[in-house]
Amino acid sequence: MPMDEVALDHAHDDHDHKPGFFTRWLFSTNHKDIGTLYLIFAMIAGIVGYTLSGLIRWELAEPGIGVLTRFVAGEGDVAIQNAKHFYNMVITYHGLIMIFFMVMPALIGGFGNWFVPLMIGAPDMAFPRMNNISFWLTVAAFILASISMMIPGGSAGNGFAGGWVLYPPLSSTTGHPGPAMDVLILSLHTAGIASILGAINFIVTILNMRAPGMTLHKMPLFAWGVLVTAVLLLLSLPVLAAALTMLLTDRNFGSQFFNPAGGGDPIMFQHLFWFFGHPEVYIMILPAFGIISHIVSTFSKKPIFGYLGMAYAMVSIGVIGFVVWAHHMYTVGMDVDLKAYFVAATMVIAVPTGIKIFSWIATMWGGSIEFKVPMLWAIGFIFLFTVGGVTGVVLANAGIDHSLHDTYYVVAHFHYVLSLGAVFGLFAGWYYWFEKMFGIKYNGMIGGLHFWLMFIGSNVLFFPQHFLGLQGMPRRYIDYADGFATWHQISSIGYAITMVATLIFFIGLAEALIRRRKGVANPWGEGATTLEWTLPSPPPFHQYNELPHVTAKGGH
Amino acid sequence: MRHLLAALSAALFAAPAFAAIPRDGALGMQPAATRIAERIHHFHTFLLWIIIPITIFVLLLLLYVMLRHNSRSNPTPRKFSHNTLIEVIWTVVPALILVAIASQSFPNLYYQDVPPNLQQVQDKANQLLADGKSAEYERFTKEYNPEAAAKGFVNVKAQGNQWNWTYTYPDITDDAGYPLEFVSNPLQVGLSTDSTEGVRNLSVDYPMVVPAGRYVRYYTAAADVIHSFAVPAFGIKTDAVPGRLNEGWFLVDEPGTYYGQCSELCGVNHAYMPIEVRVVPQEQFDRWAELMLAGDYDAAAASVQNIASIEPATKFAAVTE
Repeated sequence: MPMDEVALDHAHDDHDHKPGFFTRWLFSTNHKDIGTLYLIFAMIAGIVGYTLSGLIRWELAEPGIGVLTRFVAGEGDVAIQNAKHFYNMVITYHGLIMIFFMVMPALIGGFGNWFVPLMIGAPDMAFPRMNNISFWLTVAAFILASISMMIPGGSAGNGFAGGWVLYPPLSSTTGHPGPAMDVLILSLHTAGIASILGAINFIVTILNMRAPGMTLHKMPLFAWGVLVTAVLLLLSLPVLAAALTMLLTDRNFGSQFFNPAGGGDPIMFQHLFWFFGHPEVYIMILPAFGIISHIVSTFSKKPIFGYLGMAYAMVSIGVIGFVVWAHHMYTVGMDVDLKAYFVAATMVIAVPTGIKIFSWIATMWGGSIEFKVPMLWAIGFIFLFTVGGVTGVVLANAGIDHSLHDTYYVVAHFHYVLSLGAVFGLFAGWYYWFEKMFGIKYNGMIGGLHFWLMFIGSNVLFFPQHFLGLQGMPRRYIDYADGFATWHQISSIGYAITMVATLIFFIGLAEALIRRRKGVANPWGEGATTLEWTLPSPPPFHQYNELPHVTAKGGH
Repeated sequence: MRHLLAALSAALFAAPAFAAIPRDGALGMQPAATRIAERIHHFHTFLLWIIIPITIFVLLLLLYVMLRHNSRSNPTPRKFSHNTLIEVIWTVVPALILVAIASQSFPNLYYQDVPPNLQQVQDKANQLLADGKSAEYERFTKEYNPEAAAKGFVNVKAQGNQWNWTYTYPDITDDAGYPLEFVSNPLQVGLSTDSTEGVRNLSVDYPMVVPAGRYVRYYTAAADVIHSFAVPAFGIKTDAVPGRLNEGWFLVDEPGTYYGQCSELCGVNHAYMPIEVRVVPQEQFDRWAELMLAGDYDAAAASVQNIASIEPATKFAAVTE
C-alpha cells in the first residue's frame, strides 16, 4: 500500500506513563499490550495443540496401537481400548485448540490488535475495555476447553472424542453422555462471544478511526484483511452459537433438534456448523493474506501490485465463503442438483485466490528482492498455499470428493492451506514485526534455519498424506491397514523435523530476549511504507497523540 | 468358524480372483472396479494435468523473480503497480480453466449420483442396435450395461452400527417373508484377542456379497451415530445417517474381493468397522444366499471364499494389476 506522503506530527511523548504491572497486564486497555497478551496466549495454546498433533503422529508412525497406551489407564487390552478413545479425543482438541486458541488469537487478536490501529493511524482500538474482555474471555474459553479434556466424556473415557466438527448424535447424549461435551459447548460459546466482541471492535475501529485522509481505498491490506475477517466473524459465529445452543438443549433439556426419533435431523446441525465452519477457514487465512502482501511489497521495495484488486479479492472471497458451506457435506445424501450448485460456487473461489497469488508475484516482478527472514516465509507461503489451493479445486468437485471425502487427502489439503498457509503467514508476520513490537532484533540466521527446517519438515509431513488419501486411508483412524504404513511413517518423520524447527524458533526467541540488541524504527528500509514504521520500536505506550495526516496523493 | 478362516486365508494367498486392498507406498488411487471409479480416475488424471502444471508454473514464476529481480541482479526496483491487461488475463484464464473442469465434473457427478433408469438403459440400447449405430452402441455400453439392466437391480441395505455393519437384502426372503439380514463383524479390533486371519483391519467374518455384472443399488442407514459406507475401488462413499435412508449404486464386472472402511468418525472403534464386499458370479451368489437363508452362515461364507472367475462383460484397463 503506497503511502507516498505521510505527514507525521506526533511529538514524542516524554511522559510515556505506563501503569503498574497488574494494572498494565491484567486490566489492560492498551491495544499493543493486549496484542502481546494474545500472542503469548496463542503461543501457549499452540504448544498444547502442537503437542497433541505430536501424539497423533507418534501413534501413527507404525501400524497397530502402541504409543498412546502409555498415556491412559489400564494394562494390555484395557489400555488399548482406552487409547482408542484417547486418540479420538486428541484429534478433536488438536483441531479445536489450533483453530480457536492458536491461529485466531494470534492473527486477529495478536497482530490485528497490534497493527490495525498503528497502520490506520489510530491511537487505540475503539472500545479498549471491550478489547480486554475479548482477551480474557478467550483465556477463559481455553481453560474451559482444557477442563473438558479432563472430565468424563462418556463411558469410554475423558474428554469429547467426536471430532472438532461436533456432529450429533456422536456429540449428543447418544455418543457422549458425560459432562465433557457440555463444558466444551460452554468453552466454544465463550470463545465465540470473545470473537464477536473483538470483531465489533475491529469493524468500528477500522470504519471510524482511520487517520484523516486515509480513505478505505488507501487503507493497508492487512487492515482490509482484518476488516473482512471481522465481518465474517460477526455474521458466522452467531450461527455456530445457535447450533451449539440447540445441541446443549438437546443434551440437557429434552429438545429434539438433531434427534430423528423426535422429528429432528442430525444433518441440520451439519448445515449450521458449516455455515459457520466454511467462513471460519477464511477467517483464519485472510489476515495472513494481508500480512503476506505487506511483506512481499516491503522486501521487493515495490508498491503492492493491483492494490484494489487485492482488497476486493479478499472481499469477494469473504462473500463467496458464505455460499459454499455444503461442499463439506457432499456425502451426507444431498440432492444431486444441490451438489452441483455447491461445486460451481466453490470453484468460483479459485478466481479471487488466483488473483492474489499472481498479484503477489507481480509485486515481486521488477522488484529488488531482499531475502530477509519474513520474505522467506512469505515466498514459502505463496507456493504452499498454491499447492493447498489446487487440491482444493480437486476436492470442490463432488464427483471426486465422493472418493476423497474424509480421507487423508482432505487432511493434506487443509493442512497445506492452514498449517503451511495460515501458520506460515503467522511466522512471516512474527519475523516482520518482531523488532517493531518488542524493540529488539532477532538473529536472522536462526530465523532462516527455522524457516528451512519448517518448510522441509511440514512438506515431508503433509505431502505423503495426499497419497494416503488417494489410496483410501480414512481420517481419524488410530490404526490402519498395513498398506498405508510407509507413507504414515514418512509423515511422522516430517513431524520430527518440524519439532526441531519449533525448538529453533524458541531458541531464536530466547536468544533475542537475552541479547536485547536494540531495534530501530524501520529495519526494512524504503520498502516499508505503512504507518507503523514511522513510529519508534517499540512504539510509545500511547501513539498518534496528534493524528497523522495521509495526504491525498495516494498514487495508485 | 475355523473352517471359514482357513478357507479365507487360503483364498487370500491363492488369490484366485481380483482383490482391491491398499498398496504400500502407492501414489494413486486403488484400481477401479466400477464404471463410476473408472470415470473418477479419468477425471482425476484430467485434473492432475491441470493442477500440476499450474503449481509448476507458479513455482517457476517464483524462482524466476527470485533469480532475476533480487537486490543483487536488480538494485533499482521498478515502481509500477498496475497492468490492466495482465490482471484481466489472470482473471479470465483461471475462469476458463474452471469452465473446462466443470464440463467434466458435472457429467461425472450426475453419472455416479443418479442411479440409472434400467428400463431407459435397455430401450436406448435396443434403439441404437435397431438403428444400426454400432459405434454409438459400443460407446453406450462403456457407460451402461444393457445386459445387466435387463436383470434389474440387486438391492442391499447397509446399516452402520457401533461398530459393525448390518446388511439386508430386501428382495431375498425366506418362506415367512423375512428378508436376508446379517451382521458383519471385523476380524480385528486392535486387541490381543484379534484373529490373525484375513487382511488386518479390513477383513470381516461374514462379508457383503453381490453378484458380478449386476446393477447394485445400496441404501445406507444408521442405528446410533453417523457412519459412512465407502469402498474406494468402487468410487463410492455414502454417509449412513440416523433417520435417513441414503442411496447409491454400483456395478462390478470383475469378480473379486473389495475392501472399504467406515468413513465418518463414529466413536471408539471407528477404525475397526471395515467393509468387505465379495463380488461373485450369479450362480455362486444364489448358492450363498440359499445357505444364508438356511442360517448356515459359515458354510455360506466358505462358499464365497474361492471366487469362480468369469469373463467379465467389460474389462477395465485399470483393474489389471
